[in-house]
Amino acid sequence: MDDTILEIKELRRDFIMGDQVVHALKGVSFTVSKGEFITIMGSSGSGKSTMLNILGCLDKPTNGDYLLDKVAVKTLSRNQLAELRNRKIGFVFQAYNLLPRTTALENVELPLLYNPTYNASQRRERAMHALEQVRLAERYDHTPNQLSGGQQQRVAIARALVNDPVMILADEATGNLDTRTSYEIMTLVQDLNQKEGKTIVFVTHEPDIASFSSRTVMLRDGRVQKDSVNENVRSAKESLDALPVTDDY
Amino acid sequence: MNILNIIRISFKAIQRNKLRSFLTMLGIIIGVAAVITMMSIGEASKQNIRSSLSSMGSNMISIMPYNNMAMPGGVRLSSSNVDILTMSDVNQIEKNVDLVNHISPGVQSSGQAIKGANNWPTTIQGVSPDYLTIRALTIKDGVNFSDQQVREFAKVCLVGKTVVDNLFPNGEDPIGQTIRFGNIPMQIIGVLTPKGQNTFGQDQDDIIIAPYTTVMKRILATTYLQSIYASAVSEEMSDSAVTQITTLLRQAHKIRAGQDDDFMVRTQAELINMMSSTSSMMTTLLTAVAGISLVIGGIGIMNIMYVSVTERTREIGLRMSIGAKGSDILFQFLIEAMLISVAGGLIGVILGLVSSYIVSSVLHWELVISQMSIIISFFVCAFTGVFFGYYPALKASRLDPIEALRYE
Repeated sequence: MDDTILEIKELRRDFIMGDQVVHALKGVSFTVSKGEFITIMGSSGSGKSTMLNILGCLDKPTNGDYLLDKVAVKTLSRNQLAELRNRKIGFVFQAYNLLPRTTALENVELPLLYNPTYNASQRRERAMHALEQVRLAERYDHTPNQLSGGQQQRVAIARALVNDPVMILADEATGNLDTRTSYEIMTLVQDLNQKEGKTIVFVTHEPDIASFSSRTVMLRDGRVQKDSVNENVRSAKESLDALPVTDDY
Repeated sequence: MNILNIIRISFKAIQRNKLRSFLTMLGIIIGVAAVITMMSIGEASKQNIRSSLSSMGSNMISIMPYNNMAMPGGVRLSSSNVDILTMSDVNQIEKNVDLVNHISPGVQSSGQAIKGANNWPTTIQGVSPDYLTIRALTIKDGVNFSDQQVREFAKVCLVGKTVVDNLFPNGEDPIGQTIRFGNIPMQIIGVLTPKGQNTFGQDQDDIIIAPYTTVMKRILATTYLQSIYASAVSEEMSDSAVTQITTLLRQAHKIRAGQDDDFMVRTQAELINMMSSTSSMMTTLLTAVAGISLVIGGIGIMNIMYVSVTERTREIGLRMSIGAKGSDILFQFLIEAMLISVAGGLIGVILGLVSSYIVSSVLHWELVISQMSIIISFFVCAFTGVFFGYYPALKASRLDPIEALRYE
């Protein structure tokens, strides 16, 4: 069985800025298989954000092909893209993007509200299960301002898990967190990848974070500079334990 | 798309901003409450005028002389001094106009009523026994005078409460007592049921009623009538009765075609309409003002929805990134606007009913709530929500998720 989740072939994305054409992506190709944990790295201007938007089905390529779970994204309409995002992708953002004054449970339920196949009790059940997966079940009725940054990001991860997506797409998900909390989040992400077999695409510019993944695609100037399999994946849990216990000053 | 879920989403969004939602509603609440109260006040005042005029006899038709043919340089006389209407007019109407079931001649004179040391300036009304029926008057104590007494120019009278109060300040029983009107002694045979003031502030109880023959012969010494009162068989028949009377009187008075009438015929319905038209104009004016406040409330909704869309750009971006379609966002904001305006409308209806009740009880008016005003203002609200909520909602639904997510 072919277990390719993501297939990108000669992907190009041009932006027209006034009378200039900016080539953000100049022919990128790679594939991601089911169960992989891949980081996409690159400095500012490398085409990382554009890549992310296309991977997240928020944007469509100018040229080339993008197949997400065998679906050719390029041919889809705006509404079909929305449905695809709802069913196949779980987003995790740098700024968490939780709804304020809304409980964790309701935040996690949100993607299912746009999916008519779930009824109210199924929604609740699945959302509780997702919160359990990120070990926040007992805080289901807390609003974001009652949660720490790391906890908010865990709620956001639960929200990404709740629709059982084929891929979790994280955008600098640890960017707003300190080292310890970042490692906690990475531990969770590694667990989801290794124990539950979730496919994870993690966009970051921190090599430290990339070392936890099984593979790194390095973008530079709109092209793949390096696509390397990480031979010795660091364990986030061990790194977390290795941190000095009293690092508060 | 699941509309129930969208409603749930909108409802939660409103819950998250309770105070702001309430303030937005306030415009609608005040607008609707004002519309309902104004319409209720207008209706009640109309009803009030109608009922007080009806208490004077709703089928009443009055015929007055009307002399429009002034001699150049001559003295114009007030209509009651013009010698036009006679008893033969009364008899002809009674005989020939079948739409009239009661008729009474009318003559009146002002003068001093005297009893012992007390006196009181009042008006004596000379009429036939039917007059009480025509004017919807009733007798509290004693009896009405009879046709026999009319034929005999009997010196008997019925008096109103004000006259009784002034001539008998010590509370003696006036029945059977003899008072003087000017120089004529008259025996009181009945006291009228008090009616209070009419719409124009006239005291309807300040009156003495006597047989018209008595007033004509003994007081005025005239053979002409100052007015004729009649009552139509029903209120609806009033206009037809007026036409019949006019035709008859024109013939009787030998008025040629094209010439003006020398009399005028008025129905109570005309008076009611005339009085009501002033009050309906006021009602229209007040309702229009209230309607404007409703529109302003609607603009308030639009304003808040605009701010809300801008403020929640990131939320919209997030919703889109997790699978909300443009139409989902459109409906969310549209339903939010509608929920706010409909909830505001409901509260406004309740508030309007309460304030109508307060106004009516303070003014001692009958509480009149037209269901139309409730239905109309409620639908105007729902429409306001859709109309003023649509544009901001459309703006939200057309946001680019990438831009929206990055919005600071």
